Amino acid sequence: MEKEEHLDLYYQMVLIRKLEERSAELYQQGKIGGFLHLYIGQEAVSTGLVAARKPQDRVITAYRDHGVAINVGIPAKEVMAELLGKVTGTSKGKGGSMHLADVDRNFWGGHAVVGAHLPIAAGLALGDQYQKNDGVTICMFGDGATNIGYFHEALNLSKVWRLPVLWVCENNQYGMGTAVERASAVSEIRQKADGYNIPNEQIDGMDVLKVRETTLEILEKIRGGDGPYFLEILTYRFRGHSMGDPERYRKPDEIKKYQENDPIGIYRRYLLENEVAKESELDDLDTRADVEIQEAVDFAESSPEPEPEALYEHIYVDD
Amino acid sequence: MPKITMREAISQALMEEMERDESVFIMGEEVGVWGGTYAVTKGFYDRFGPERVKDTPIAEAVIVGAAIGAALTGLRPVAELMTINFAFSAMDHIVNQAAKLHYMFGGQFVLPMVIRAPGGGGRQLGATHSQTPDAVFAHFPGLKVVAPATPEDAKGMLKAAIRSDDPVLFIEHATLYQTRGEVPDGDYTVPLGKSKIQRPGNDVTIVTYSKMLEFSTRAAEQLAKEGIQAEIVDLRSLRPLDMGPVLESFKKTNRAVIVEEGWRSYGVGSEVAARIYEEAFDYVDMPIKRVAQQEVPLPYNRALEQMALPQVEDIVKAVKEVL
Repeated sequence: MEKEEHLDLYYQMVLIRKLEERSAELYQQGKIGGFLHLYIGQEAVSTGLVAARKPQDRVITAYRDHGVAINVGIPAKEVMAELLGKVTGTSKGKGGSMHLADVDRNFWGGHAVVGAHLPIAAGLALGDQYQKNDGVTICMFGDGATNIGYFHEALNLSKVWRLPVLWVCENNQYGMGTAVERASAVSEIRQKADGYNIPNEQIDGMDVLKVRETTLEILEKIRGGDGPYFLEILTYRFRGHSMGDPERYRKPDEIKKYQENDPIGIYRRYLLENEVAKESELDDLDTRADVEIQEAVDFAESSPEPEPEALYEHIYVDD
Repeated sequence: MPKITMREAISQALMEEMERDESVFIMGEEVGVWGGTYAVTKGFYDRFGPERVKDTPIAEAVIVGAAIGAALTGLRPVAELMTINFAFSAMDHIVNQAAKLHYMFGGQFVLPMVIRAPGGGGRQLGATHSQTPDAVFAHFPGLKVVAPATPEDAKGMLKAAIRSDDPVLFIEHATLYQTRGEVPDGDYTVPLGKSKIQRPGNDVTIVTYSKMLEFSTRAAEQLAKEGIQAEIVDLRSLRPLDMGPVLESFKKTNRAVIVEEGWRSYGVGSEVAARIYEEAFDYVDMPIKRVAQQEVPLPYNRALEQMALPQVEDIVKAVKEVL
């Protein structure tokens, strides 16, 4: 990997972290409505995954989607504008935090019903297979989604039809407040893929380079016609499920233990120890991210609200 | 004009659209090797092959969900649900995904897809396989819901649905497949969201759709013998609902009976009656009547099942009550 790419990955992760911290503040100020699910602690997962894809590879994820949005290249200001419900947002203010998307960047959302986007992901992959494109669909979902029927229907079909799809379970160890062991018959989620004869592995999601390298290899296998693959990525969310989560289900010590294993800190140490970058360069990136987020907030706050007519737009394509 | 069955009309529409446009394909349970549980897709597998005639597992959520995904990539899938009763297993994907993605993502997502689903009672299939839940689906903005009653409309509207860039739920009535009717020669479409006067009359307006058009027509024939001329409006589409011809007819007759096969409560009749009262109250001469299914799960026993379903005599009686 070139130095430039390393710095880019580092910057993306820092930008996500700062976006999320700022979003939490804006939520508490009442400027962001609805639900807000922060990606803090999980940045290395989407950053590593998206860094490994080619432009023709589609990405689709669940409602904890701010990280992917940044990784696919949506400007932070458009993400922030959507969080504030402004017309300049990715979904013109009609989707909100859970429904970010950018079709031109091959990012297919942001889906808020647990597990429901897995069948849609199978269809995206079917579309590429049917049209003989060489794209792979990367479908991300949480551990909680692996207990719902959609997951099983989608995995089964993907194997039967040999669809070019990479199933990625971001195992952050809790489905809302319910620990994996309390909700899933198998605590090692990847074993569920065995039931569908889908090759699988489990990796550490706190190591962005590991995620990227693993994904690169897998995507080429799928692109070569091997059919679906299942990747379980172990991670941890440092914040509650959403804003307003009382977090009665876990102890502060547990959170602290994981925070010491911060994906951004790990990568920063790696870059310094391997002399990829100097401390000052990384500090500059941190500062740049601060500036970009401030500009994003300014942009979002000064952007117009949707016009009243927007209420009736986009119900149907044909009229 | 050739006279063909409803089954042939639907089959021809699918065949012609698949020949016309390579992005059109069909997927569903037993659509391929079997030829379709109602034989609508008989011969398709041999003609188009497994790539375009895709047999699926029995897994309705992923049938509809995968159709959504494929549509997002620019294809025009026609997903078949073996019966509309199984649509409940795919409910999230029909009403929570297909109906909403275009709007929710600010117009970025486009879903040119059709879900075909036969339904209806009267075949002694018991409560879970006999429903006419059309109104449930028509409740959701973003979805188009159509239910044609004649071969001409079925063929033309299915073609229009396949060419539409919106998700369309195309409801067929399983007891209409053998119904024959004339269809125009060659390629034609019938627009979605347009109701139609199927029989002219001046004394009373009967508003109906799907299978109940046949019953309403038989009722109108009986009434004609007694000198009562009923005008029949076939809604054809439940969403968007075209009230134009209904109101036009009602303003002439000042009396209406609304006939549907599904349950009365919260049904198509409720909606149409409410709209007549809202938009043409000054023209109301008699309270509007609804003819619909009894409020019971449909029983297996033939006599009991027929007691629960609306009959021609019920329509005749209701018309006489509003005169």
